[in-house]
Amino acid sequence: MIDAAAADLLGAGTMEAAFPNGISRYAIGGLLVGLGTVLIYLGTGITAGASTFLESTLSYVSGQSRFKQYRPSRDWRVVFTLGIVGGAAIYALIYQGDPWSLAGSGWTTEVSPWRLFVGGILVGIGTRVGKGCTSGHGICGVGSVSRTSLVGVATFLVVAIVTANLVSALGVGL
Amino acid sequence: MSRHPLFLPLILVGGLVFGFGLGFSHMARPEVVIDFLLFDDFGLLFVMFGGSIVAGIAFWTLPKLRESAPLTGRPYGRRLKSFDRNVLIGGSIFGVGWGLSGICPGAAYASLGIGNWPILYAIGGMFIGAYAQGVWRSREADDAAAATPVDD
Repeated sequence: MIDAAAADLLGAGTMEAAFPNGISRYAIGGLLVGLGTVLIYLGTGITAGASTFLESTLSYVSGQSRFKQYRPSRDWRVVFTLGIVGGAAIYALIYQGDPWSLAGSGWTTEVSPWRLFVGGILVGIGTRVGKGCTSGHGICGVGSVSRTSLVGVATFLVVAIVTANLVSALGVGL
Repeated sequence: MSRHPLFLPLILVGGLVFGFGLGFSHMARPEVVIDFLLFDDFGLLFVMFGGSIVAGIAFWTLPKLRESAPLTGRPYGRRLKSFDRNVLIGGSIFGVGWGLSGICPGAAYASLGIGNWPILYAIGGMFIGAYAQGVWRSREADDAAAATPVDD
């Protein structure tokens, strides 16, 4: 329905070029991500981001002074992350085939381990130094019309676009 | 510190909806993010804007309806962080990592839930990166504290 309306609006050619997979999965998924954020906010007043979990969980095993500030929130951040893992698992069980067949359900990424690992290290440094990630800055911060977050999102979006295009132009495979 | 008995259950439910949404949106799949960054599929814009609009409506209306949240007594407010150089430096480092791997923290947790086990390389990397900056910034903070003359 959403996709048909968008195709009417944009024309089939533009729709196919810009949104080869339609837009409904993205729009519905995005609304649900927002809804999850809102549920927590409604009850607790907390604008939860996903990346603080990295540092707050490190406070369980490391005495570094930087991580101490996250001790009061570390338990609920573990619960939040387990929720994210579980919610995605429920999605996979419903939408990705036979839940009891481990081989047939789900997928694994084709992106190579070194790209995931090196990229992950940079994401881990950058999100903590930069005060937020795609959920903290991107959902909560943009939703708050925070100038800091808008600048943060613009920064990582532009740099990520340049990086991905550079890597692709250099002929590096996934 | 005593908490409302519904605090953790609500966090869990919020996380479940959040993770389901990340799975449904396909943002948990690094290939989809990389396609977006290469301008092959602009759909991901709807995830970020859809999510931030829903959040924005709540952040805008709730403070007008109520003073504070029922489970914590915390005042309803927006997510406002101070701006400094670190936002640009960190945002740029994050951007390189996101562009290289196609994965960000929330989407990585969701990806694990879907059964995409190679994402553990990324999650492991994220912990190493977060730890490295923590060690470095702890030392910097401790040095600054030691260098500050004691006022007595």
